[in-house]
Amino acid sequence: MLKIITAVIGRDLKLAMRRQADIVSALFFFVIVVSLFPLGVGPEPDLLRKLAPGVLWVAALLATMLSLPRLFADDHRDGTLEQLALAPHPLGLVVTGKVIAHWLVSGLPLALIAPVLGIQFDLSADALLVLTFAILIGTPALSGIGAIGAALTLGLRGGGVLLSLLVLPLYIPVLIFGAGAVDATVTGLGGEGHLSLLAALTFASLGFAPWASAAALKIALE
Amino acid sequence: MLEADNLECVRGERRLFAGLGFKLEAGELLYLQGKNGAGKTSLLRMLIGLLPPENGEIRWKGQSIKSDEFRADLCYLGHLNAIKEELTPLENLLAAARLADEDLSEDDAIDALEQVGLAGREDLACKYLSQGQKRRVALARLVKEKRPLWILDEPFVALDVAAVDWLAGIISGHLQRGGLAVMTTHQLVSIPAGTVRELRLS
Repeated sequence: MLKIITAVIGRDLKLAMRRQADIVSALFFFVIVVSLFPLGVGPEPDLLRKLAPGVLWVAALLATMLSLPRLFADDHRDGTLEQLALAPHPLGLVVTGKVIAHWLVSGLPLALIAPVLGIQFDLSADALLVLTFAILIGTPALSGIGAIGAALTLGLRGGGVLLSLLVLPLYIPVLIFGAGAVDATVTGLGGEGHLSLLAALTFASLGFAPWASAAALKIALE
Repeated sequence: MLEADNLECVRGERRLFAGLGFKLEAGELLYLQGKNGAGKTSLLRMLIGLLPPENGEIRWKGQSIKSDEFRADLCYLGHLNAIKEELTPLENLLAAARLADEDLSEDDAIDALEQVGLAGREDLACKYLSQGQKRRVALARLVKEKRPLWILDEPFVALDVAAVDWLAGIISGHLQRGGLAVMTTHQLVSIPAGTVRELRLS
């Protein structure tokens, strides 16, 4: 079981390394969207501190969305997805591997760069730490939920727009608890409760989403 | 070994075929023939379990094909090559074997690539290969393939004359070892070994 998951992760990471433009463009999108806000709002530290969690999280959601349409589309187009579906193990495990690989190339870089961006919003060290941690444990849920949307819209024309309409509403809980954790730290309430709920969302979506995506992929392959 | 009973296929509003059945034993080859749109690929996709038949049943060794055991016996080659353009032929072969849960050593993979005439191109990304060479990378899987049931959709497309002969040899070797094969083709290629059955869809 672990063997197939690591095989998928290994292959997808190798492919991502050969196509670094995809990773870099999503990351730059995140950096630029977040950096536009301090420029647009003006240098008012109190206001920026209030805006920071929401802005960073919304930008993280959108940056994750950017790479989702290609999650299964490339494998579908060249026939690899058929071969994966015919391999003698459940398709859900393959999708689990793909979700983990997607997080490693899209979610993890966002978490690593978030504290640097947070400085622009005059966040305290504590808040930066919680922000990084929240993005680190929240983004796997984004990849998982996104995989369901990517599988459902596979092969549709204009699937990209439909994908955002399907997936963004499902991202709302992650947004609320992710931004809430940072907010609570800034106001001195402590963000542990929010972080626990965020971790719960991640575990739930990583356990459930691959199997729902696998069911959708089988329909797309008929 | 492979039995199909009373199969019916409906695509969209059209019924492509109904009441179709056959039996295939070890060492036998089934040629699917028929004009474009007759349902050859649809039948193949039913046989590999990706397309549920409207009616009827397919059994492998007496069991329904909806099991992991069936897929462990199956090797399917579609009209898409299932190779990654960014990876080299060698990486493609090794990755495909790992994902299909097969053991393939690097030496075996290099040997297979030499047999399909890609010696010296193992380390060139597949996007730089020609259409026929990409097809050869896909076919290289068959060289070391030990699984008993081969289902091949138009395997001879994009191949030159020498490669067609080579592939016919590989398929007859598979039949001699007691394997089964189902394939569609528009080119008449004589496979020197095994019992050849024909099924014409119209």
